[in-house]
Amino acid sequence: MSTARDQVARMLALVPYVRNRGEAVPLEQAAADLGVSVAQVVADLKVLWYCGLPGLGMGDLIDVDMDALDGEGVVRVSNADYLDRPLRLRSDEATALVVALRALRDTADAAQRDVVDRALAKLDHATEDAGARAAQVEIDLGEQAASARLRGTLEDAVRRQVQVRLDYHVPARDASTRRVVDPLAVVAREGHVYLQAWCHVADGERVFRLDRVLAAEVLDSPVQVPEEHAPRDLADALFVPSPTDGVARLLLAPPARWVADYFPVEEVRERVEGLEVSLRVSDARWLDRLLLRLSPHAQVLEPAEAAERLRRRAAEALALYS
Amino acid sequence: MATAKSERLLNLLITLLVAQSFVPKERLRRVIEAYRDLGDAAFEKMFERDKEELRALGVPVEVGTHDAFFDDEIGYRIPKDAFALPEIVLEADEAAVIGLAARVWQHAGLAARTSDALVKLKAAGIGVDRAALDIAQPRLDASEPSFADFWDAVQERTPVRFDYRRPGAETTERHLQPWGVVATRGRWYVVGHDTDRDGPRVFRLSRVQGEVRRDGPAGAFAVPADLDVRALTRSLLPEEPRGVATVLVRPGAGLGLRRQAATSAGPGSLDLPDHSAQVPAGEWDRLEVPYSSESGLADELLSYGSDAVALAPETLRTLVVGRLRAAAGGAA
Repeated sequence: MSTARDQVARMLALVPYVRNRGEAVPLEQAAADLGVSVAQVVADLKVLWYCGLPGLGMGDLIDVDMDALDGEGVVRVSNADYLDRPLRLRSDEATALVVALRALRDTADAAQRDVVDRALAKLDHATEDAGARAAQVEIDLGEQAASARLRGTLEDAVRRQVQVRLDYHVPARDASTRRVVDPLAVVAREGHVYLQAWCHVADGERVFRLDRVLAAEVLDSPVQVPEEHAPRDLADALFVPSPTDGVARLLLAPPARWVADYFPVEEVRERVEGLEVSLRVSDARWLDRLLLRLSPHAQVLEPAEAAERLRRRAAEALALYS
Repeated sequence: MATAKSERLLNLLITLLVAQSFVPKERLRRVIEAYRDLGDAAFEKMFERDKEELRALGVPVEVGTHDAFFDDEIGYRIPKDAFALPEIVLEADEAAVIGLAARVWQHAGLAARTSDALVKLKAAGIGVDRAALDIAQPRLDASEPSFADFWDAVQERTPVRFDYRRPGAETTERHLQPWGVVATRGRWYVVGHDTDRDGPRVFRLSRVQGEVRRDGPAGAFAVPADLDVRALTRSLLPEEPRGVATVLVRPGAGLGLRRQAATSAGPGSLDLPDHSAQVPAGEWDRLEVPYSSESGLADELLSYGSDAVALAPETLRTLVVGRLRAAAGGAA
């Protein structure tokens, strides 16, 4: 799996890494720090053993202490003074790092920004024109900067196991709600970031989309999740339909077909008139809003009450324009 | 075998690194065991390849002669200064921030480059403890297959050619001296000098079809010294279809619209010379809502039913009325 070029790159890092950490470094630690497996470090050391100064007389080879490696599990390398410094950062490596640092700067607070600036300056000094090259890459983080801050705040609350007061926008009810939650985890799924939390208003586990959080205040009070509660594994589906949910059957014209991809639909049937889907509905208000939003591209096949509500609400809204 | 090649490459590197002056090729052939038993042609071929492998790693292999007056044989060397990472001392928090930065790229190619850079810094003796600093991490990604090619071409200043398709137009081959890559409005662009059009142009990466091909050697062009790639990209991008709609919402309702609204003026029945005739009875808040898609804003407005009314522009109003009429069953 590894090419000779990769191996040379690793050896050029391994030698100064060990020599800059004094006598000997535990094998496990070296592997972890260099981001490779223990077996790979051992394999690289075995190649290094055959390398050294030209002429290749015995005394000129790099000395890898194989006894220490086998016995104590430590890496010891000597007779390699000429490899005391790692290779310079390639310009593409430096640029990638500088661009990442600048993105980090955009999400940092004022004190942290100062740290990022110091790091950038030192990096610029150690890698010729990295800053200039990175000027050729521009990234507008836009909303990501704000959401990264919110995400950081919530992740911190999860770690410290303290409660959070959330102002949350519930589009289904067109309402802003305030509630105290016990944060359980922050997870990213399909382009959105969610807070998984125990909600003390609903007295159950709920999932909150971060872009709908209007405000989040971290409290001092510790979390009070009921002990028997085991957080749901969100790996499969974010929203688990409840058995008490009703079902709506809709016929979707092309502009409304996105519904089938966006919400968990139970049955999908392609018909000449459009796409027929069955949708779990836990809140009739949510369905009403969805139908108004889609109008007139979604036809309600059942329940009949929903179709009637849609007609009535559309007529009410229309009356405002006359 | 890969290990034999690694051994040979590292020995070549060490030989050139410790040399006091340029080492002629013939001498390299004598001192490096792996070259010794090769025929002339095989040695030439292998040496050329090895040299390029080292350069690809970022090792500066220089060519020159020891003494120009004596027409010496051409030789090679790796200057220690150009090879080694200069001394860099980072405070714990500075090292932590670099450790965090190495996790920002989600794009596999760029993520590998930042972690390789981090390994080199660790090799220089820097200890990285990410926990020393707590910064919310942004995530940078690029799903466009051409992203890495343009990134490299920009870094190397390599001219490129590629097939480009704008919506509703034929795919055409374009020739570009890429000056920079820019992420804005959630999309990646490459900006540079378009040699066909003889002027600066911007291209959206998601519209690039197939492979990006090199169209000249690295370093073939210069980037204007005072270039601001962000400003240039913005000036070249077509204006987003964007407008500001005037809408009315009932007090306490229309939260989604309120979040998007630029200004939230008071009760809407006042100060509306243009639309005063159209304001329905009742209490309303007037909002100015910026939008990029009229139909998208209509979707949102419709979802509020009789809690929201579109006043302007007229096209939005007509769109909403038409859709409501259809949903109400033609009754109006």
